[in-house]
Amino acid sequence: MTTQSTEQETPAPEPFGGLGQAARNVFNAENSLLVTFLAVVLALVAGAILMVVSDTETLNRAGYFFSAPGDFFSAAWHDVSSGYTALFKGAIFDPATVNGTPTQFFGPITNTLLMATPLIFGGLAVSLAFRGGLFNIGGQGQLIAGAIFAAYVSFAWHLPPGLHVLVAVLAGAFGGMLYGALVGWLKAWRGAHEVIVTIMLNYVAFYFLGYLLNANGFHNPDKLGQAVSKPADADARLPRLFGDSVNTDVGLVIAVAATIATAWLLHRSKLGFEVRALGINPRAARIAGINVGRTQVLAMALSGLLFGLVGVTQTLGTTNPNNNSLSPNIDAGLGFDAITVALLGRNRPWGIVAAALLFGAFNAGASVMQASAGLPVDIVNVVKAIIVIFVAAPQIVREIFRLRTQRAPLATGGKA
Amino acid sequence: MRLELRAITKRFGSLVANDRIDLVVEPGEIHCLLGENGAGKSTLMNVLYGLYHPDEGEILVDGEVKRLQGPRDAIAAGIGMVHQHFMLVPVFTVAENVVLGDETVTAGFGGPLGWLDRRKARREVREVSERYGLPLDPDARIEDLPVGLQQRVEIVKALVRDAQVLILDEPTAVLTPQEIEELFTVMNTLREAGKSIVFITHKLKEVLAIADRITVIRRGRVVGTATAQMSEQELASMMVGRAVQLVVEKGPGTPGDNAFEVSDLTVLDQHGNRAVDGISFAVRGGEILCIAGVDGNGQSELAQAILGLIPVQAGSITLDGRQLVGGGPRRTLDAGVGFVPEDRSRDGLVAGFTVAENLVLDLYKSKPFAGAFSLDLTAIGKNAEARIAEFDIRPTDPDLPAGTLSGGNQQKVVVAREMSRPLRLLVASQPTRGVDVGAQEFIHKRIVAERDQGRPVVIVSTELDEVLALADKIAVMYRGKIVGVVPPDTSREQIGLLMAGITDSAAAAQRSAAPAGGTAGGTAADHVEPGEGADDGAAGPDRKREGTGS
Repeated sequence: MTTQSTEQETPAPEPFGGLGQAARNVFNAENSLLVTFLAVVLALVAGAILMVVSDTETLNRAGYFFSAPGDFFSAAWHDVSSGYTALFKGAIFDPATVNGTPTQFFGPITNTLLMATPLIFGGLAVSLAFRGGLFNIGGQGQLIAGAIFAAYVSFAWHLPPGLHVLVAVLAGAFGGMLYGALVGWLKAWRGAHEVIVTIMLNYVAFYFLGYLLNANGFHNPDKLGQAVSKPADADARLPRLFGDSVNTDVGLVIAVAATIATAWLLHRSKLGFEVRALGINPRAARIAGINVGRTQVLAMALSGLLFGLVGVTQTLGTTNPNNNSLSPNIDAGLGFDAITVALLGRNRPWGIVAAALLFGAFNAGASVMQASAGLPVDIVNVVKAIIVIFVAAPQIVREIFRLRTQRAPLATGGKA
Repeated sequence: MRLELRAITKRFGSLVANDRIDLVVEPGEIHCLLGENGAGKSTLMNVLYGLYHPDEGEILVDGEVKRLQGPRDAIAAGIGMVHQHFMLVPVFTVAENVVLGDETVTAGFGGPLGWLDRRKARREVREVSERYGLPLDPDARIEDLPVGLQQRVEIVKALVRDAQVLILDEPTAVLTPQEIEELFTVMNTLREAGKSIVFITHKLKEVLAIADRITVIRRGRVVGTATAQMSEQELASMMVGRAVQLVVEKGPGTPGDNAFEVSDLTVLDQHGNRAVDGISFAVRGGEILCIAGVDGNGQSELAQAILGLIPVQAGSITLDGRQLVGGGPRRTLDAGVGFVPEDRSRDGLVAGFTVAENLVLDLYKSKPFAGAFSLDLTAIGKNAEARIAEFDIRPTDPDLPAGTLSGGNQQKVVVAREMSRPLRLLVASQPTRGVDVGAQEFIHKRIVAERDQGRPVVIVSTELDEVLALADKIAVMYRGKIVGVVPPDTSREQIGLLMAGITDSAAAAQRSAAPAGGTAGGTAADHVEPGEGADDGAAGPDRKREGTGS
């Protein structure tokens, strides 16, 4: 390693030195930004192939490919371009709405943001636990716990405006936190494996919710025969950011705040130091006097808290389709989507924001794509899945693009 | 067979691990490759064994250029390698391990569906072991063998594949002094049979004891060749690149009051065996107690128990009259105990953390480094710069991940951290294991400095040299017990016997119990063997795990 130091003492000319090093890091990091980007590109290519294959008309033209290849290619191009154009229009911006109402104009991008918000919370939650060496796949349960707490406060308590929504949000966070801490406690003091425990607690939460939605006091008596809770008080709903015409709410602001808080927690706080040490080397952490059990409980509690906020936005946010009441499918599978977002964001807070925005855009654009281009929504799900596969197995991407890998040489002698 | 490496260059990114290395190994010579950790010895040998492909240069076998694409090519070319960490399947027998990867099949469908020719495997093992005087039972299971014999299996494995050049990567690291002697005998036999041996090490005494020729590597380059006529001092200077002090300068200590005391301590290992079996000792301030012994005789558990990492079955551990048992690591550290764990990469460092973070791994909570909730990154950075300068940690960048440092520098990080606060006791396990001479000198000086400040120091070490250099008092552990406490001027032989569990009375019993040369080994150390090992539990299994673990 000493040779390395002499190498680094003679860097490239100063202004480019830092940049060149940064570029090299991008290429060399074990699972670099570049790989993630290329994974997305590859997945979009795979999606394009699916779009072509799923169009029977185009396939017919492939039948006489050798007599008129142009026919096939133009049809295929049309499929792909109309598909991705529709995806873009549904997720970012539709040029046709330039002269439309604010709702129309901002519709696609706000949809993306709304879809991304719970994914940000969830991704942060998964990554926070993961950085501490805990695999939290109990997001479903924790967000349901959060949703139940938030919903109960929102319709059963009647507090002054402003205070009510604040208390409801805090209650949701608290509910998720309790449910997460329970897992941490079982792990730390009873040795229960968090993966098993979280899977089981997901069922507990799901069926408990099912029970509640039919129980007196929770069930909405106006909706006979439907398993829904009472709707939230108007002043317990998440306030909109730019009035009723633009479809955004405070959830997004809380998500950004949660990202900043998580980044601070991980890298600037004592607890974060403990969490990260525990995640990388629990033995060394223990020997350094870190209280492993306490740290595990806290990490799971905070992870649960963030999932609780997913429950809050699902219940009290503008995305809730049921007049801000609880229904059995309140979780929308977000507890699991969060895992893929955390993976794609490489467990870094701002990476997770980027990943959540990408997945949010896919979700928002998918329905438009189906409506206007006639392509099945599942294509988007396949694209998402392929991204995850490539990110999880970066070596495939490197092989495809022939990227050079550079690993630090094995230390010689002692541990060779 | 004459082996020649010409201008081998191997780069890892910007790091040049091997820089135009030339090396000639003549038939029938023991060629020592000497260099500090991170000098590029293992990289070079991995190139030679086909595990790495050189960026430049060529390998010649008997004057013919060979392109080695993998270990299979290397074996075909007559090159055999014994890795530092054995590549054996613990539950297979000796014969099965020897033929593994090159099995002969007889009947059946042939190929992977054939019948293994176990008889041939056994015969091969027997033939080779008789020819070269390496007694081995082909039917013994690897996990039942002591480390010295496991190593022998590796050697036989290479010889069965007709290796003409044998690479031994740090072969003595896991052996007792007696086992090392025996290995040297084997190496001499092989030399006489015309085989060449490349012997990789950083231990000067061993080099001088056995080498025909010595090639010294520093920072990826050959810095010189030497013969066994040179002095240790000269070799060390060549290896490190500056004058090195091999002997620790140590004045007489000024013992203070009784400070650290362990009495009747019993600790169980994870299998419920008594790893530490009712031991007692006391260390005064200003005194270094070295706990000597072969790996796996309860020293690890003793150190862990002192820190509070594993529960104590019985007995007490007191520092200045304060009971440490039952408090856990945090309380022990807060009581002023500096703890250097035996395996720095597993226990002492968080490899993914930066050097700066590792330098406060057990201090991050206390004053200058943290407020109520947040870390003070400025203070942590300043501390890192100071420690890096003080302990000469290289590279000097505090933001590098600690895992990228060489072993010696990693160890310096651990030592620097543990000594950067006021201590009342220092406990260090294997403080210089796998550390090069330069770093070793430095770490030893710092340990003596702690003693001279009136601190009690406990060193657990399996390196006899280290024990003899540092100790004011030596306690030898064998199977969880202290079998003798001797002064530092005791002879190596006597301590070696104690390490093998032979006290005067036990030696007599041993002689009457075991007929001479009755078992495979023949020396004292080899008596830690299957039949006898069955009832012990403490020593045997642990050592075996050490050897086969990775």
